[in-house]
Amino acid sequence: MRRRTVFAALGAAASASALAACGSDKDEPTATPSKDKGNGKLVIWADTKRTAVLKKYADQFGKDNGVTVEVKEISENLQQVFVTASQQGSGPDVVVGAHDWIGNLVQNGAIDPVQLSAQQKSLFAAAAVKAVTFNGQIYGAPYALENIALVRNTDLVPTAPASIEDLVKAGQDLKKSGKVSEILLDQCGASGDAYHIYPIYSSGGGSLFGLTSAGDPDPNNVTVNSADSIAAFTKLKELGEKGSGALKTSIAAENVVATFTAKKAAFFITGSWNIADIKKAGIKYDITPIPGFAGGKPAQPFLGVQAFFVASKGKSKAMAQEFVANYVTNKEVANALYAADPRPPALLAAQDDAKTADPDVAKWLDAGKDGLPMPAIPAMNEIWGPFGNAEVAVIKGGDPKTAADAAAKAINDAIAKKK
Amino acid sequence: MTTPSTTSSGSGGVTGAGGSGSPRSGLPGQRGSDAPKRGTGKSAPPSEHRPREITVGFLVGRLIALGLVAALLLFGLPPLIRTDNWIGVGVLVAAGAGIAYLYLTRRHVPLKYLLPGTVFLIVFQLVPVILTVSTAFTNFGDGHRGTKEEAITAIQTGSLEQVTGAASYNLSPALKDGKLVFLLLPVDDKGDPVLDQAKVGTADGLSELPGLTDANLSLTKQLSEVPGYDILSKPDASARGDEIANFAVPTEQGAIKSSGLSKAVELKAVRAYDAACDCVTDTKTGTVYPADEAKGYFVSADGTVLSGGQGWKVGVGWANFTRIFTDKTVSGNFFSVFVWNVVFALLSVLTTFALGLVCALALHSPRMRGTKIYRTILILPYAMPSFAMLLVWRDMFNKDFGLINNLFGWHIDWLGQPTTARLSLILVNLWLGFPYMFLVATGALQAIPKELTEASSIDGATAWQGFKRVTLPLLLVALTPLLISSFAYNFNNFNAIKLVTDGGPYAIDNATVGATDLLISYTYRLAFGGIAQLGFAAAVSVIIFTLVAVMSIIGFRRSRSLEEVYS
Repeated sequence: MRRRTVFAALGAAASASALAACGSDKDEPTATPSKDKGNGKLVIWADTKRTAVLKKYADQFGKDNGVTVEVKEISENLQQVFVTASQQGSGPDVVVGAHDWIGNLVQNGAIDPVQLSAQQKSLFAAAAVKAVTFNGQIYGAPYALENIALVRNTDLVPTAPASIEDLVKAGQDLKKSGKVSEILLDQCGASGDAYHIYPIYSSGGGSLFGLTSAGDPDPNNVTVNSADSIAAFTKLKELGEKGSGALKTSIAAENVVATFTAKKAAFFITGSWNIADIKKAGIKYDITPIPGFAGGKPAQPFLGVQAFFVASKGKSKAMAQEFVANYVTNKEVANALYAADPRPPALLAAQDDAKTADPDVAKWLDAGKDGLPMPAIPAMNEIWGPFGNAEVAVIKGGDPKTAADAAAKAINDAIAKKK
Repeated sequence: MTTPSTTSSGSGGVTGAGGSGSPRSGLPGQRGSDAPKRGTGKSAPPSEHRPREITVGFLVGRLIALGLVAALLLFGLPPLIRTDNWIGVGVLVAAGAGIAYLYLTRRHVPLKYLLPGTVFLIVFQLVPVILTVSTAFTNFGDGHRGTKEEAITAIQTGSLEQVTGAASYNLSPALKDGKLVFLLLPVDDKGDPVLDQAKVGTADGLSELPGLTDANLSLTKQLSEVPGYDILSKPDASARGDEIANFAVPTEQGAIKSSGLSKAVELKAVRAYDAACDCVTDTKTGTVYPADEAKGYFVSADGTVLSGGQGWKVGVGWANFTRIFTDKTVSGNFFSVFVWNVVFALLSVLTTFALGLVCALALHSPRMRGTKIYRTILILPYAMPSFAMLLVWRDMFNKDFGLINNLFGWHIDWLGQPTTARLSLILVNLWLGFPYMFLVATGALQAIPKELTEASSIDGATAWQGFKRVTLPLLLVALTPLLISSFAYNFNNFNAIKLVTDGGPYAIDNATVGATDLLISYTYRLAFGGIAQLGFAAAVSVIIFTLVAVMSIIGFRRSRSLEEVYS
C-alpha cells in the first residue's frame, strides 16, 4: 500500500512537472517516512558464475556508501524467479541477466530504466547500448558481450574458410580421409536450436521479424516464411542430412564439445563459454567470424549482452541506481567479471585491457561486430520453439516452404493469443 | 532418550524448568492443579483414564515442539506487518493462540491428532487447488501479473526520457536550512565538470551557483565543499535514498532527477496517465490509449496495445475454458494428444507391472538362490535420480552418437520418428518404473498365505492355473489402487517427455504439437513456451485434473468390485 502511494506520487510529480512548468510543485513527497526504506541494505541477485566476483565489489560499494550489500546466488531460472519474486514484493534491488529478458521484465513492470548520461553511454560498445535499449529507453547497464563464432581446429584446417561452401568442402575432404567424422558442429538436437543456426540462416537471407518505423523488431510482422526466409531454409536443407550432411539433428548441446575435443570435427560454431574445455583438451584452435554463403549475405550471429538491471520494486532504489548506473560501469568491475567468465566486456576501456590479456577477446568481438542484438521483445520468446521445429524438419530433408509456413503460423498464433 | 524418571521426580523437574524464565511459566502450575482435579473429580476407571504421566522428556519435547511452531509463526510476522497485511497478522496470531490452547490443555484429544494432518491438507492440497481454479478465471500471466496501479506506475516510470540536448550533471545532494537540495555540476562530453555552470536545484527550480573553483571538487569530480551548503556524505545520502530518488527539480521541459546518488539528468514524461479519462496519452505522438478493462491493457482506438506491454490482471470469466474447446490450435490437437496420453499411461503401467511381477515371482520362488543380491540390483534403477537417468537415456538414443545404435551398428533415428520415439519412451519408462512394481509385488506376494496356492495345487491345478486363479486376483486386490495411482502419475509424467523427447518429433506442417506430447507437456508449451499465460495453463490443469479424477474414480469402482468378489 505504502509503496504504491510513493510510486504514484513520483509518477504524478514527474508527469505534472513535465506537462506544464507549474510552480506549485510543493506537494513533492520529500522525506516521506517510508516503512519500505531498505534499512541501508542493497540486495543483488545473480547467477552462480557471477555471484562470487560481484561479492568483492559489492562489499567495496557497501563500504563506500555505508550500506550492507547482499549478493544472492540464484542458480536456476533467474528470470522467472525474479519476475515472480518481484510480483510478491520479495525481489532484489539489482538483478544481473541477459538483455533479451528486457521485454518480458518491462511488460511485467519488474525493472526501471537506467538513466545513463550521454557521456556514460559513450564509454560502452555501441552495440551493447543498443541491445539494452527497449521502447526508447535504456533498461540496464551492459557489462559483457557474447556471440558465437567459428572455432576451428588449426591442426586439421590451418586457414579459415572464406565461405560456407569452402567450409563444407574442407570438412568433407577431412571426413573422406577419415580424419574426422563430422563436417561441422553446429548444435541442433531433436528440438532445433535457433540461436546456433541463425548466422547461417541469416546468410542465406533469412530473417525473423520485419522492422518498425523506429527500427525495432516488429512482432506484427513475422518474416519466418517470407520468400527470402524460405530460400534460407532451402539452403539449410542443402546442408542437412539429405544434402551435404554438415547439419545434423543428432549434433546437440550434450555432445558437441566432446566431439570437438575428441578431434572428430574441425569446425565448431560456438561461443566463448566452451573455450575453457577446448583449451583443457589441448586443441589448437582459432576463432574467426562465421563465414556466409558465397555471394550471400554476411552471417550474422545473435549478439547477447549481459547487463545489470534495477528492480522496480526494490527497497533501495536510489542505491540500486547508483550501483548500476555509476558503480558497475567502472573498469575494475568489468575486468573482474571478465576474469571470472571470459565474455568480452561491454565497456570499451575494459575491452582494451582484455584484448591485451587475451588475444581471443579481439577475435570474439570481431566475429560479433556485425551481430544482430537479440530481439528483446517478448514475442521473441515465441520464435524458439516453432523455428526450431522448422529447422529440424528441413535438416531432415523436409520441404522448406511447408516447414516455414507451419512455423510462421505457430508463431503468429501464439503472438496473437497472448495479446 | 528414555525417561526412567517417576512422576514425582518428573514434576519436580518441571517446576524447576518452569521457574527458570520460560515464557510459558504458567504451564506447570496449571498442569499441576489440573491433574489432581481430574484424578479426583472423575470416577472413571483409573487404569484407563488416568492422566498420562508427565515426564521431563515429554514436557520438554512438547515445549520444544510448541516453541518451534511459535518461532515459525513469529518468523512470518515481520513481512506481514511491513506490508500492512493486518488480516494476515490476525490469522497468524489466532492460529498461534489456537495451537497453544489446543496443545496446552488436556481437552480435545482427537483434535490434537487431527490438527497437523488437517493443516497440511489445507495448506498443501486445498489452497493450491483453490488458487489454481481461481487463477483459471483470470488472464494472469506475463504482462498481466499485477494491479492496474502497478501497471500505471510502470508505464510512467518507463516513460521518463532524457531531454535531448540537455546537460547531465554530477550530483551532490546537500542540505540547506535542513531541506534537501541538489548541487548540480554539469559535465561535458568527456566527463569533465564545467565549474562556471554549476547550479542549485530545489523543489522550486534551478538557480546559479557561482564562484566555484577546483578547490570545491573531490577526486571524483563531485562537489565536495560549497559554503552555505551541507553536502551529504555518501552514507548520509544513502540513508536518504528514497528522498533523493523522489526529489525533482522542475525545469522548462521536465524535471531534473537523480540517477543514483551521484549523477542527475533532465527527464520528461513521454506517456502520462490521466485518471479523468482513465487513459494514457503519448505526448510524442498524441495517441490516446484508453484502459480496456476486459483485456487488462491500455489499447488505442486502432487496437494497438501501449508499447511496453504493461497490463494488469483482470477476471476473464470462462474465456480460458472456452478457448480450450474453441481455439483450433488447442482443440484441434487435443484429441490426438489425449489418445496417445492414455496409451502412454496404460502401457507404462502394464509393462512395468508385468516386468516387475515377473521379477517378483522369480525371486519369490523358494528355489531361488541369492535373492538379496538380485533384489538390490533390481532396485538400482529406482534408486537413481530419474532426472539424470532420463537425460542419459536420451543420449543413448542419439542417432549418431548414441550407445544403442553404436552397440548394434544400427542407424535408427530413435527420437526422430513418431513410432520409434514413442517406443523409446515406453522403454525408458519401463526401465525406470519396473523396480517400483517389483517392490510392491514382492510385498504383496509375501502377504499371500502359502496354503492357498498349496491347496490349489493339491486340487490338481497347474502352476499357471494357480497363479492365474489364486495368486494374481489376490495380488490385484492389494495392488489395483497402486496401479491406478501409477496410471494417474504417468498420465502427467511431464519429466519423461520433457527431458527425453520434449514432445518431438514434430510433423513438418505442425509446429504446435509433437508426436510424443502428453496433455501436460503440450499445455506447458502452450502456456510457458513463450510468454507465460498462467491463467490459461490453470484452466487446462483443471481440465486434466478432471480427466484424471474421472478415470481414477472409474478405476477405484472397478477395484472395489474386485475386492467384493475375491475377499
